Amino acid sequence: MSDVVEKTLTALPGLFESQTGAAKITNRLRQLIKSITELTSKHEEENLIKRELSAIKEQVSSPNTTMKQMREIMVRAMYCEMLGYDASFTYIHAIKLAQQGGVLEKRVGYLAVSLFLNEGHELLLLLVNTVLKDLQSTNLIEVCMALTVVAQVFPKDMIPAVLPLVEDKLSHPKEIIRRKAVLALYKFYLIAPNQVQHIHAKFCKALSDKDPGVMASSLHIYLQLIRESPDSYKDLTGSFVTILKQVLGGKLPVDFNYHSVPAPWLQIQLLRILSLLGKEDQSTSELMYEVLDESLRRAEMNHNITYAILYECVKAVYTIHPKAELLEKAARCIGNFVLSPKINLKYLGLKALTYVVQHDAKLALQHQMTIIECLDHSDFTIKRETLELLFRITNAQNVTVIVEKMLDFLCYVPIKTLTFAPDNSWFIQTMNDVFSIGGDLLQQDVPNNFLRLLAEGKPEEDDQLRLYAVESYLTVLKGHTSHLPQCFLQVMSWVLGEYAHLQESVDRREVIRLLTQLLDQRSVSSETRVWILSALTKIPEGQTDLILDLAESLSSSQDTVLRQQAQELRHLSQDSQLREWVLVENSCAVDSSLSFLDGFVSEALAAGAAPYKPPHQRQEELSLNLEPYSFSLPVSLSSCSITDRQSPTLLSVSSGLSGNSAELSTLILEGVKRVWGKDGYLPQKEATAPPVDEPSAAVQPASQQEAAERIEPRPEPSTQNQDKQQLASSLFVGLGVGSSVSLLGKSEAPPPRFRKKPRPHESSSSSGTSKRSSDSSSHSSRNTTDSFLYGSFPEEEPATSISTFDHTPKSTTANGLSQNKDTKEDRHANTSQILGGDMVIVRPSTIQDKHPPSVSSDLTALLPADLKDLPHSDVISLTSDPSLSLSSCRLFRDEALLLVIFISNCTETVIKDVAVQLTCEELKVCTGNVMDCLEARSTSVCHYALLMDDPHTNVSLTGTVSYQTQPGHTNTLPFSGTLSTADFIRPLVVTTEEYGKLWLSLSHDVKQNLKLLTDAGDPLRTTLNALKDALQLHVVDIIGSEGIVACRLLSGAPCLLHCRVNGAALAMWLRSPHPALPDFILYHCQRALAHH
Amino acid sequence: MQFMLLFSRQGKLRLQKWYVPLCDKEKKKITRELVQTVLARKPKMCSFLEWRDLKIVYKRYASLYFCCAIEDQDNELITLEIIHRYVELLDKYFGSVCELDIIFNFEKAYFILDEFLLGGEAQETSKKNVLKAIEQADLLQEVRSLATA
Repeated sequence: MSDVVEKTLTALPGLFESQTGAAKITNRLRQLIKSITELTSKHEEENLIKRELSAIKEQVSSPNTTMKQMREIMVRAMYCEMLGYDASFTYIHAIKLAQQGGVLEKRVGYLAVSLFLNEGHELLLLLVNTVLKDLQSTNLIEVCMALTVVAQVFPKDMIPAVLPLVEDKLSHPKEIIRRKAVLALYKFYLIAPNQVQHIHAKFCKALSDKDPGVMASSLHIYLQLIRESPDSYKDLTGSFVTILKQVLGGKLPVDFNYHSVPAPWLQIQLLRILSLLGKEDQSTSELMYEVLDESLRRAEMNHNITYAILYECVKAVYTIHPKAELLEKAARCIGNFVLSPKINLKYLGLKALTYVVQHDAKLALQHQMTIIECLDHSDFTIKRETLELLFRITNAQNVTVIVEKMLDFLCYVPIKTLTFAPDNSWFIQTMNDVFSIGGDLLQQDVPNNFLRLLAEGKPEEDDQLRLYAVESYLTVLKGHTSHLPQCFLQVMSWVLGEYAHLQESVDRREVIRLLTQLLDQRSVSSETRVWILSALTKIPEGQTDLILDLAESLSSSQDTVLRQQAQELRHLSQDSQLREWVLVENSCAVDSSLSFLDGFVSEALAAGAAPYKPPHQRQEELSLNLEPYSFSLPVSLSSCSITDRQSPTLLSVSSGLSGNSAELSTLILEGVKRVWGKDGYLPQKEATAPPVDEPSAAVQPASQQEAAERIEPRPEPSTQNQDKQQLASSLFVGLGVGSSVSLLGKSEAPPPRFRKKPRPHESSSSSGTSKRSSDSSSHSSRNTTDSFLYGSFPEEEPATSISTFDHTPKSTTANGLSQNKDTKEDRHANTSQILGGDMVIVRPSTIQDKHPPSVSSDLTALLPADLKDLPHSDVISLTSDPSLSLSSCRLFRDEALLLVIFISNCTETVIKDVAVQLTCEELKVCTGNVMDCLEARSTSVCHYALLMDDPHTNVSLTGTVSYQTQPGHTNTLPFSGTLSTADFIRPLVVTTEEYGKLWLSLSHDVKQNLKLLTDAGDPLRTTLNALKDALQLHVVDIIGSEGIVACRLLSGAPCLLHCRVNGAALAMWLRSPHPALPDFILYHCQRALAHH
Repeated sequence: MQFMLLFSRQGKLRLQKWYVPLCDKEKKKITRELVQTVLARKPKMCSFLEWRDLKIVYKRYASLYFCCAIEDQDNELITLEIIHRYVELLDKYFGSVCELDIIFNFEKAYFILDEFLLGGEAQETSKKNVLKAIEQADLLQEVRSLATA
């Protein structure tokens, strides 16, 4: 763009020929500007301006110069001043011009005065009479000009002289005069509040002025007055509220609209005033709730100006006496800022958050991932504001992490800003501060970089900097040194050793004395002592006596290194020849081609050594896999892979676990604990699977295919993301209760490239980890698809002595379904249970075949009649052993989730005392079912009604079934599974109207953009249907690009979802009376869409 | 608002308006520092920066940077819109304004600014009213120059 300017400048002469009329440019100024743009050096510019100024000087002092010429001269003088040259001799002429000239000249004269002179300038006194005269002028323009200059520069002492005239102007018929008079009085109030105290009544008149411009101007005064004493103006609250209402209602002339927002400046002023008035005052605050609510509601348009108003509104809401409903709305607005891709809005969002977290620290939780991202933002402004925010939420639990972050920032700034350092002393001083405050917590590269900067500079240029450093360090060392951090002492001693000689005025003995003093301090570490001694080695020349004393005293030191150095020091100071040879001044020729090694190299080559290759070439040829092999391969895999491994792929997969190569996203061992990382062994925190599992797995022959089935993508976010979440959890610890887990889950990216498996029961085989360990389940269970119960793997079955002998490998496939389901007869044996489940034993007439799908369909046929029609999930196997096999199925009843367990006797004999015990921490503890006996080849059904009061992402169920095959010999068979919140969600059938009412009454909400399914015709409808199918939601209505959906947690808390197509994403807004429910539902929606 | 500076991409000052009394030396120092800092910022960065105890709000229009200093409690976004409104006013007055208009008619740019902001506060936010005031003064000028010509 500036090229255009340059081009245009070259074409200037032509341009100006054509320019006439209002934009006419005086000849001399034109020439001046033109010649300046043609110049190439600063020096030439200086000469030119010098000539120009002397020409001006000559002209202004000439008596023949007319006012018109003077006007033109004044413009030139202003131009010179703007370029940074002193034209102070013209100041008096500017005043004269304002005094004596006609309207035209006056205008320029006043402008020059306001640009040239400060409030305190003595020449301004000469202006007072002119201003007085013009204020009384009948020419409106002259009055305007006088008021303008008064509102900009006017000597404080002279205010009384003009005050009555300005006051009179408050009732001037012309609004522009009234407006300027108000602003002039505002200015007077700022510089001399006492002078204008008596005219408060007149301000009030200005506030009720019929012209909006005058009224708006009076708000500046009121804001100031109310800021100083809010109590005196409480009675005006009603007026301000009314004005704001009128503005919001579009009552002002359209002229005041800015990008179709009515008078935004006025709105912001009013919001500020209201927040001051309502602060800590409930009754006043109540007057403004309504208008604040409306203000929040109106600011819908996506333009900076609405955000500016919103920001002010949010601040007001959080400043005045709190009202829950408004606070929620305001908190939601902050989300719009923080999540905005526009960096300016993000900044303001952070600023708003910083403000509101002082009232409610939990608000930061919602945006923790954004905050983490902003913390690493490349823009310092953003980073700084984030730190400010973190500072506000510091508590006992996160203080160490936050302080660490702040120190990082501190360490980062000086080095980054080196290039901007305005001058040497500032830089050295800042670095001194950094070193003494940051101290030994600084990363080592800070002092290193600093020293390198000092050392690598050119001698002429940077000697100045070094001198400053030496000087400032000597001052520091003369003060108290015991508190100084070691790294600062090291830096100082190095600099003094290297550069003390630059400072002629410094006595070397003094330097030696100061450094020696440090050696005597107990707080100085031995490492620092070495630095100090090295420095001392470099300094002395002719100060042998001091050095010898020092060497003597140190030669008995217990520290061998110090003793050694002391010896060296002594020898060097005694032998000046040796010294010269060792410590060469400023010359160190480095032979970077290493030519002195040529002989050695050719000798080695001749002896058959391989020629040197640079590291990057070496890497390409490298065929050895240096990654550690994973120790966590499933035992079954390693045992089988010895015999039938076709390729080393599997092994490399396991080793790839630790890295993050491309293949990783498709081939990852799910369920295998990560034991080795790039840095070696990763300490295990997860609960490990029961040890009994492993041996049983080891004895079972397993095919490679089976093992491969256990290789599941691990849809965890990248390590980087994990780091962020880890950081988030440490930063935001202690802000909310128990909600951090879910928030983390919510912000987690959907799993990348989920590998679809052809098997219908993929879910049941998808996880090898024990779901019983609650801390691992929350994570790993996300990996699974839509099943709720995971059968235990064969490996997890308790190894009983008979468990393997009649099992073919086929029967222990990963989904663990036992296929010996042939049932012959049954016997009813109902028993008690807490949640109203009952047990029915049915006798199927057909013989079941051995395929899992048909098993499930057949089993569901066993359901009692009253349950058959309920929507249900697939039947999946829970566990099995040679005698019994357990499968389960979920039935979605309106008021509860029914968990149906099918217990099949696989033997030809009667099994007695079959008891099922089911427990779940998060739901309700269910006591056992006991059946007297289960006939051979029969299946009995028992079901449990499960209720979820508090939502959890997933809950794990554990249970055991015990039975007796022979009297007195009890077998137990454990099983476990997981239920997701999705199972407890039921559609909530409401009308659009009811929905609207409900929506407004709900408090907790979450917003997030979700994936939009675009594969079919209507993306919104497709997406909503997919969600409906996956989560049993009720789609209330779809209007255009928006859809409303409702659901509830069983018969409990409702959750409303508002979906809007937003580009390629689905903006989802969830509300619920339950604080955590939206998060869980959102999480399941994300999953459902990701797997779609 | 404490002051407003207009400078080119090359760091040349085009307009300066100070609403707080400062000595010339200080003004020059601030200008130098700010021009350097703002020009060093990358385009994707946000329009605000903290500088000393002030907030700097800046925006680039073509080759020209508009830069305002406000206090911490002020609203950055509305300041950004003040800049924009000023540009709109200049644009309307000069008819698609460019840097050259401001270079050669800087006194006009000052007049417009004085009608829009007074003493560091927004005086008149109605575009129509500001331009009306300027035109009236200009008209007088025209009449006078016609009369004297």
